[in-house]
Amino acid sequence: MRMRGRVRTGLRGWGGVGAMAVVCALALAFVLLLPLTQSHGDGGTETGGPGVVYARQAADDDPCLDPAIKSAPEKQTLSPSSADGPTIEKIKAREGEKRKLIVGVDQNSYRWGYRNPNGGPKADLEGFDIDLVHRIAQDILGDPNAVQFKAIPTNQRIPAIQKGRVDMVVRTMTINCTRVGQVAFSAPYFKTGQQVLAPKSSAIEGYGDTLAHKKICTAEGSTAFSKLDDDKKAGRLVASADITTTVPNQLDCLVRLQLGEVDAVVTDGALAASQAAQDPTVELKGTPFTTEYYGVAMKSDADDLVRRVNQILVDYRKDTTDGWQASYDRWLSATLAKDSAKSEPPPPQYLRTS
Amino acid sequence: MTHPPKSSAAAPGSGVPTMPAVPPQPGPVAPAPQAPPPAVAPERAPARRTAFAEGFDQVRAAATTEPGRLRIIGAALALLVVLFGAVTAWQTNDRAAAADDVLHKSQPLSSAAADIYRYLADANTAASSGFLAGGQETAASRELYEKDIDLAAAGLVRAASNSDPDSPAARTVAELNTLLPEYKGLVERARTYNRQGFPVGGAYLRYANEKMQEEMLPKAQNLYTSENQRLRADYGDATPYPWAAIGLGVLALAGLAWAQHRNYRRTNRVLNHGLVAATATATVVLLWLVVGHTVARAGLNDSYDHGVLSLNVLHDARIASLKARGNENLTLVARGAETVVKKNAQGEDVTYDAYDYDFDKDMDTLGKGLAQASKLADDSSGKQPVTAAEGNMAVWKQRHTAAREQDDNGNYEEALKRVIGPKGATGECFDSVDDNLAKALTHEEAEFRRSAGDGLGAMTGLPVGAAVLAVLGAAGAVLGIGRRLSEYR
Repeated sequence: MRMRGRVRTGLRGWGGVGAMAVVCALALAFVLLLPLTQSHGDGGTETGGPGVVYARQAADDDPCLDPAIKSAPEKQTLSPSSADGPTIEKIKAREGEKRKLIVGVDQNSYRWGYRNPNGGPKADLEGFDIDLVHRIAQDILGDPNAVQFKAIPTNQRIPAIQKGRVDMVVRTMTINCTRVGQVAFSAPYFKTGQQVLAPKSSAIEGYGDTLAHKKICTAEGSTAFSKLDDDKKAGRLVASADITTTVPNQLDCLVRLQLGEVDAVVTDGALAASQAAQDPTVELKGTPFTTEYYGVAMKSDADDLVRRVNQILVDYRKDTTDGWQASYDRWLSATLAKDSAKSEPPPPQYLRTS
Repeated sequence: MTHPPKSSAAAPGSGVPTMPAVPPQPGPVAPAPQAPPPAVAPERAPARRTAFAEGFDQVRAAATTEPGRLRIIGAALALLVVLFGAVTAWQTNDRAAAADDVLHKSQPLSSAAADIYRYLADANTAASSGFLAGGQETAASRELYEKDIDLAAAGLVRAASNSDPDSPAARTVAELNTLLPEYKGLVERARTYNRQGFPVGGAYLRYANEKMQEEMLPKAQNLYTSENQRLRADYGDATPYPWAAIGLGVLALAGLAWAQHRNYRRTNRVLNHGLVAATATATVVLLWLVVGHTVARAGLNDSYDHGVLSLNVLHDARIASLKARGNENLTLVARGAETVVKKNAQGEDVTYDAYDYDFDKDMDTLGKGLAQASKLADDSSGKQPVTAAEGNMAVWKQRHTAAREQDDNGNYEEALKRVIGPKGATGECFDSVDDNLAKALTHEEAEFRRSAGDGLGAMTGLPVGAAVLAVLGAAGAVLGIGRRLSEYR
């Protein structure tokens, strides 16, 4: 804060000269970072360092104004470390029954985080996200079941973290620039993108001309909708595609699809896979046409926990017998793709320094 | 000079019934005997002369002698009294028929429409409760849902038979008839998927709920509103004062009084039996009319103010509580799948759970409805269940807040237990609110029947009585005048 204040005073003092310098710095940062966002570079963690720092200072409270963060929010995380810090100490200090990691999860996303409604109160949550939570608990507290799951509604994800009701949220949460300003993300643990879901018998082959004259369902205010809307206006999507059907939740699209009210659904590939798992007559069509990453969200100042989770993710992905790959095979390979290559995020970069 | 033939042609026309003495004649010849008058008329008076004018001349001629005047007075009095009786009979008959409609037709129909509305809302609530219980859904909750659907369907059949074809009400009923099976299909799919353990079941239930809340309930409400308008129209027909009849009554009495005064001045006789009898009957009819109608009106107004108004408010409150319960359930079914962004008191955008937001709105409506019902309740037995429902609602709100807190903190199972659990759950509060409102409705319905029945009772026999008495009064007037006339023979 103090630093930003100083920058502002400086700006005022030097007037136009200072402003021009900042603009130059921004442009430089953008140019420097551009290659990073395109190529999934190997290791070059510190390359963009100075540029990023400049950019972060120049951007006001909204991280989305920073082109570096806007184009690659998933890189805004701290480097991995196994060292315990104040946050982890506090979790470990919990005693007896309460010695548990408190994690916000979804219980409504089939294959990701889900509780069978007929399992009774003892029914365990299950899914890809849940496996990761058990791994984190195993590492931090030495017991995979030392977890208190909290089913957090979508609108409570960020408040729950900010108010400390949960230690972290593992809930198919896309890393984006707005959220980067509100919570701290781990390195990405899953790569996904918008994808088309349609009946197996449908002539639709993916995101392209086969969508002509088709009704497409998306969730209200979703990334999918804004992407379709932009593409349609820019002529990248056939003009005859009807994108007027929007629903409150992506799962509602499966209902509309089954009732024949729409011809296709566009949503995150990962969630589309979850829909396909509930109806054997529909399937994912074509390949994802955007790139998004899921991350573990934690409190903004929980630096030690973020580093620890990043370390756990590194190990989790290396683990071939009971790690990332095994979980993928168990929950997602049936509907997503036999080969997990498309879902594996690239080797992470840790551009956040403070 | 085209007028005379025309006007004279009218004269014989009206005179036809008075000439039965003329032997039947072949048609073509008939105009012949009628021809002379027009020929005479121009001679006697070149100006317009009509049968009425001729009659008037005759009356004027008769009025120059006392017996003539007496005849005229007698005829006028008899006519006035008969007219008074006829108008009274006609106006009170109309009002009695409208009051009868209020009691036996439009109010039951309005109640039936409110019931359709309630059964639909109740079915929706039962469906969501059963869904939340999943595989542990009780037979009772399943039966409740099925019963609500059956009753709503039966109510729609009745409403269809009571509405005119092509009326808006008939169209609404037809639309509801198509939506009901659609809704039921969605609920069944939701159950099936839920039993298989697929979360898309919850999405189906939310879709079914949307269909119910956005399409079906507004239509059912329209039906209810239009039946209520019909009821209000019947009240409008039953309660206005019969001013024409009252005015004629006063006029008849004034005429009779004047005739008797005239009689006294001319003969120094105080009483003319016939005229006294006529005055007495006319007074009885007028009193009966005014008192009977005032009592009826009071009864009907009472049945409206304390019956219909209370019933409407209670129906609305009951629907609000049903909607609130449905939304409370759906908050847990949706598990945060739907959100709305609204401005809070500070003008900031805050994201709320869509169903929880609606729940709060419904509870507000319920609270306002109960407060109003409590104000409208005019006796302790009507007020007691409303007060009890207000108490239930307060507990419900407390328990709801506690349950929401559990859910927001991620203790879904605990929240579920606090909403549909067997003890200490919000479900208990909702059931109590519903029971108490049902009690209050039964009470107000009885109040309505009693008041409206009293009102209708006050008009019993009035039309027939007025007619008979008027004939007697007219006879009295004629006889009374005849008594005087005989003195001139």
